[in-house]
Amino acid sequence: MASIKKLAALALLGLAACSAQSGAKPKSASSGPKIAEPWTGDPYPSTYHAYPGVPTLVTDVTILDGEGARIDDGQILFADGKVVALGQSVPAPAGATVIDGKGKWVTPGIIDIHSHLGDYPSPGVKALSDGNEATAPTTPDVWAEHSIWPQDPGFSRALANGGVTTLQILPGSANLMGGRSAVIKNVYSRTVQGMKFPGAAYGLKMACGENPKRVYGGKGREPSTRMGNIAVDRATWAKAVEYRRKWDKYEKDGGEAPARDIGMDTLAGVLAGKILVHNHCYRADEMAIVLDMAKEFGYHVASFQHSVEAYKIPDLLKAADTCASVWADWYGFKMESYDGIPENLALLERSGACATIHSDDPNGIQHLNQEIAKARASGLRMGIDIPREVAWKWASYNPAKALGIADRTGSLKPGKMADVVLWNGDPFSSYTRPEKVWIDGALLYDMHDPKRRPVSDFELGQIGEGDVK
Amino acid sequence: MKSLALLVAALLAGPAVAETVAFTGGTVAIGDGSQPIPNGTVVIRDGRVIAAGTGVAVPAGARTVDATGKWVTAGIVSGASTLALLDGYGMEETNDTTTKGSPFSAAIDIATSLNPTQMRLGVERSKGVTRAVVIPAAGNTMFGGQGAVIDLGADLDPVTRARAFQYVELGEAATKTGGGSRPAAHVLLRAALEAARNPALASGLEKDVLVTRADAAALLPVVEGRTPLLVHAERATDILAALALVREFPKLKLVLLGATEGWLVADRIAAARVPVIAAALTDLPENFEQLAATQSNVGRMAKAGVSVAISTQDASEGPYESYLKQYAGNLVALTRVDGATGLDWGQAFATITSRPALALGLDGEIGSLRPGRRADVVVWDGDPLEVASAALSVWIDGVQQPAGSRQTRLRDRYANPVEGALPKAYDQ
Repeated sequence: MASIKKLAALALLGLAACSAQSGAKPKSASSGPKIAEPWTGDPYPSTYHAYPGVPTLVTDVTILDGEGARIDDGQILFADGKVVALGQSVPAPAGATVIDGKGKWVTPGIIDIHSHLGDYPSPGVKALSDGNEATAPTTPDVWAEHSIWPQDPGFSRALANGGVTTLQILPGSANLMGGRSAVIKNVYSRTVQGMKFPGAAYGLKMACGENPKRVYGGKGREPSTRMGNIAVDRATWAKAVEYRRKWDKYEKDGGEAPARDIGMDTLAGVLAGKILVHNHCYRADEMAIVLDMAKEFGYHVASFQHSVEAYKIPDLLKAADTCASVWADWYGFKMESYDGIPENLALLERSGACATIHSDDPNGIQHLNQEIAKARASGLRMGIDIPREVAWKWASYNPAKALGIADRTGSLKPGKMADVVLWNGDPFSSYTRPEKVWIDGALLYDMHDPKRRPVSDFELGQIGEGDVK
Repeated sequence: MKSLALLVAALLAGPAVAETVAFTGGTVAIGDGSQPIPNGTVVIRDGRVIAAGTGVAVPAGARTVDATGKWVTAGIVSGASTLALLDGYGMEETNDTTTKGSPFSAAIDIATSLNPTQMRLGVERSKGVTRAVVIPAAGNTMFGGQGAVIDLGADLDPVTRARAFQYVELGEAATKTGGGSRPAAHVLLRAALEAARNPALASGLEKDVLVTRADAAALLPVVEGRTPLLVHAERATDILAALALVREFPKLKLVLLGATEGWLVADRIAAARVPVIAAALTDLPENFEQLAATQSNVGRMAKAGVSVAISTQDASEGPYESYLKQYAGNLVALTRVDGATGLDWGQAFATITSRPALALGLDGEIGSLRPGRRADVVVWDGDPLEVASAALSVWIDGVQQPAGSRQTRLRDRYANPVEGALPKAYDQ
């Protein structure tokens, strides 16, 4: 199973490289073997493999499929790492493990589109502070995966307490262009490659607003204002357009391959639609500027992160097909978050814009189910009645969509990855906890089994090792 | 316009006259650790609780609030906040929490500078938070100064108790503010407390002086046990070092803040009768003084007989004092996790009402609906420890508070985000 997946991933990468080459017609005999456009492919490829699971049938359980459907007293079967079937009654193969789900709920695993686990890990000592390359306002050359510490104890808490199965690890927001993100499965590994979500697109973390202008203004250099932020962005995009043009010309006409620029590779990948932009941006007016800037240079913003004022511009977000990733109710912790309101998600949903919950926090990631419960309740109080099965999209399907992995995970459709949480009650409650968590069908957390509770290398042999956390 | 007018009216009116009110038919939670009481009655008069529970008579002439299908509880007391002292993090111009740059530390008295009109305070009030312990941050020494207990009422008089405690850092933070290391901080702490007993040991404003006469004077009620010493300590050994202080200064009234590793020494905290205002759910080794962090910490300490309040101390989310009810609910959830230790509902609710009051010796005054307490009452649309529930009305000192907050104004303005005949700025 594992090796087939790995081969498939490699084959995909190979195909991508081949098509780039076959599309080009070398004209110059002196140019030698053609170099593929450097933003395609992945030089640090995923070695993630699914752990073994057993065919599992959960019966008599409330199921939220993650795409808006709910089944009461239903059944769900998964096997060979994939969702097989769900409905009122599902035939189970002989030998399947059957779990009585009475009083319990099954949902897709939570996907946190905004995490710094691994690049700002616990313990938060300076020696492990690897999330912001705050030495230049644009660092599209840095990749979060080169910072991620796979032994962050936070991964285990996100799994066991939060039911999180997939995460996007982003660089921080000190820089206008903070670097590439990595999408990972929440499965401990010796290496970051062993956690990387096979075949997931890279993201580019961008930031507008207070942070970049504060960090670089404090160093006495551009940007020190919001207009400086956009000026530096535009100058950098203009270079990226030129860089891409050189490569396109080379692809078309051959000749000398352009000089590689690792940062420009990332930006050209964005312009080519291969790398997804996730833009930290709080204020409505700034998001509107960013959307116009994206039009100006020909790229798409996959998501705004932290957009506490998204509720002011749902129409613009919908028209741009850009998701808003938000907290349920954070507000007022800095000037640009002053206008945060707890109805943000509900107002976005009502308007038809794509919205997701997110954590940006090693504690918040442990209760995103409760966060969407608060958002749903806030909507209900102003007359927006969003059923639980629809609200769950904020926690799994919509983040998967914004990350470009919704064809593989984020909902319980047959054939998709069996990333599944069994909750010991209604997950829209303070009183509910994950009981079991499966990733690709492998049982990786079980409340009833201390052996199914990961302990990172860091915690091994130290006080508190193996405790309930 | 209407709610703003009400707010301004409330602010200008001065002390409002508290009426006699009976809340009837709701589920009543007193906040003293007892379990919720279905179909109970709460009666308040002249800003104080008269009675709460079953079989409570409604006085003639009382205004009656029908709470059928709702919950009526003691207001939430935040055990550790910066409310009224800081408009927002990252807005340093508004930051009155820190003593950095001042020649004084222990002498600093935040009650001089509280601002209850700040936006944050109004939002948290609308979410059922009625009182807060306000803690100054340590700056130039590990003493933060004299903190206060406030109410969140919509008026200009927030102080419930000024100089309610002295705040001191005795863990990793003390190494930054107390001379470079824990042992250095302990020297300074002892020197300061000795100077309080013997003012001749203190100095004026000479250069490099860490304890001035004013600081020493502020510490006198601490060594005499009239003012609690709130010690922030996370590591088990730091907690033990704090407990050891009482042997040298026998009258000290110690209170622990944080205590992430408290469960390791819970029996000793209990034996010393030291109350704890704990980090609610810290379960990560966020630094090397929290390696043994677990969400079961609060439950284990309570089981050992420690009086435990919870707080947003160490909470990286916000901090929002209104999250306390969610955290308390999560402590109940732990009772259904194998191997974990949580709290029952009554205990959990007490951690956010009477226990923080008790920690600072104010439980006779605030934090519960027991007779004689200040009438801080919240009517909820459901179980307050549920994430989905919300406050419907809030009463502080028996005065009904303005409904809503700045957040509800923004919500209503943007319920339809598209501009109409005039820009949004005209939509009031």
